[in-house]
Amino acid sequence: MARFEVVDHTADVGLIAYGSTLEEVFVNAAYGMFSLIADLGRVEEKIHREIETEAPDQGELLVTWLNELLYFFDAESLLFRRFEILRLDRTWLEARAFGERVDPSRHKVKTAVKAATYHLLKLEEGDGLRAQIIFDV
Amino acid sequence: MVDWRKALRKLDDYRWELDKTYKPGMRVPGLIYADEHMLDLIGEEQAPEQVANVAFLPGIVGRSLAMPDIHWGYGFPIGGVAATRVEDGVISPGGVGFDINCGVRLLLTNLEEGEVRPRIKEILARLFENIPSGVGSEGRIRLREKEIDEVMVKGARWAVEKGLGWEKDLELTEENGCLGGADPDKVSQKARKRGVPQLGTLGSGNHFLEIQAVREIYEPEIAKAFGVERVGQVVILIHTGSRGFGHQVCDDYLRVMGEAVRKYGIGLPDRQLACAPVKSPEGRAYLAAMACAANYAWANRQCITHWVRETLSSIFGRSPEELGLRLVYDVAHNIAKIEKHRVNNKEIAVCVHRKGATRAFPAGHPDIPERYRQVGQPVLIPGDMGRCSYVAVGTEVAMRETFGSTCHGAGRVRSRSAAKRELRAQDVADELTAKGIAFRVAGKSSLVEEASEAYKDVTEVVHIADGAGISRKVFRADPIGVVKG
Repeated sequence: MARFEVVDHTADVGLIAYGSTLEEVFVNAAYGMFSLIADLGRVEEKIHREIETEAPDQGELLVTWLNELLYFFDAESLLFRRFEILRLDRTWLEARAFGERVDPSRHKVKTAVKAATYHLLKLEEGDGLRAQIIFDV
Repeated sequence: MVDWRKALRKLDDYRWELDKTYKPGMRVPGLIYADEHMLDLIGEEQAPEQVANVAFLPGIVGRSLAMPDIHWGYGFPIGGVAATRVEDGVISPGGVGFDINCGVRLLLTNLEEGEVRPRIKEILARLFENIPSGVGSEGRIRLREKEIDEVMVKGARWAVEKGLGWEKDLELTEENGCLGGADPDKVSQKARKRGVPQLGTLGSGNHFLEIQAVREIYEPEIAKAFGVERVGQVVILIHTGSRGFGHQVCDDYLRVMGEAVRKYGIGLPDRQLACAPVKSPEGRAYLAAMACAANYAWANRQCITHWVRETLSSIFGRSPEELGLRLVYDVAHNIAKIEKHRVNNKEIAVCVHRKGATRAFPAGHPDIPERYRQVGQPVLIPGDMGRCSYVAVGTEVAMRETFGSTCHGAGRVRSRSAAKRELRAQDVADELTAKGIAFRVAGKSSLVEEASEAYKDVTEVVHIADGAGISRKVFRADPIGVVKG
């Protein structure tokens, strides 16, 4: 099964992330977001960052998680390709992200994602779990 | 799907009203500026629904407005204008957007198209070298840790004091390049960390730097006041904003506002509209942080202006003064401002949210530069890279109807991914070349994502604004060279 799918939104870009557990959805959403930013094929796991964040509910927690990761891209030029969820409950997340600094000679950076938004945010159970997130690009 | 033609009432050729009864909870009606053709484009997506949602904001006055370049955004539509009472209304970071003080700045030259065209490739290559652009680009400015606080407070003046610009640039910038009330204590360390490496960068996406030639002049007297005297005169347009710094400020305060909505019991149809009373601690803090980001953006455009001057000066072997590289104006098109407007025949303080809309003050308004007081404020309206851009002037009608606002650009019609699916980079490149437009693009995907086919025709947008009277077109300039991130 695909980890994520890109959906159209006129001014922005949307993503649907899939998973059989909530942890997987969070991981796949993060992976999907970094796939929008760059080709992850040649990104190596040289550096990792710890992320701890909280939000009033699970949907907002997902948006917050993605924005925490974006911060590292902007402030430290880090591209992440693998994510480990250490703890996830309704309002709290602890995770680790693995990747390396952008190296223009090896990495193709495609799109600057400004932020994950709360617009049309959906986190649903059905045939497995899925989340929809719209990014401002 | 809603049939917007049924939901909207036609007031005249350029005005469509969305009645308050359209959606329970709307406090005021909506008003969309469009003609028949534009309305069809607008109606294809959910932008009018977003006009209705904005009408839910507590304290909103007049109408929830949509400029003719309106398109589907997140929360607010892009091209949306909403004014809320300062006294008991709210401020919404979503009504400004992530790219706080994204805006445009127009530089004059006394160069002729004929002098520039033969050297355009060299000019673009040098601009591309001297002005960092593209995703994740880092600036040439090495800010020390505390220095970014000065940028937040001083705005464009910070750059001018560093020797990156002229004193008179400040007079020709909205708010003199410095919005009052900026308080760095209200800005997170994270925003600082994102902002430090990016000052003096163009960025990517729809941000650009264009060399243009004036092609048509509609109001010669006003054009002359703005510094444009003849067809063929070369001008330079810079479009960028507050980069990651502004994105982080917006994100930080969306979280704060999410809490505030619960605390103050505000009912909203979309959580991206999260807001707090203007006078609440949360509202004030956002305004103070937003001003920091707005000032960062003005400093950013000021730095870039300086490098454009240096570059052209070295290529043409004449000083920037000799080349006449003075500013026409610099406008913010993603911002919230406390302004005085007449509401129900009484002048009151309102918080005007302009999300993809340009301030368009008329002649005589005290907030516009002395130099333009007789003619009105220049309004800079960029089109897509394959078409053209316009300069218009603010009007009394805008003051009466739109809280002194008009359109800000073309407005997207095709998503980035649809553009990528349906267009080929080579075709877009060939088409630009056939039109005589040279280009330098940092990321190849920008070429298709930003192709003319992805946008409405800015000429139609400007025509509607002109027809409705919310701005009057002054001149048109066509691109001859484009630098994109």
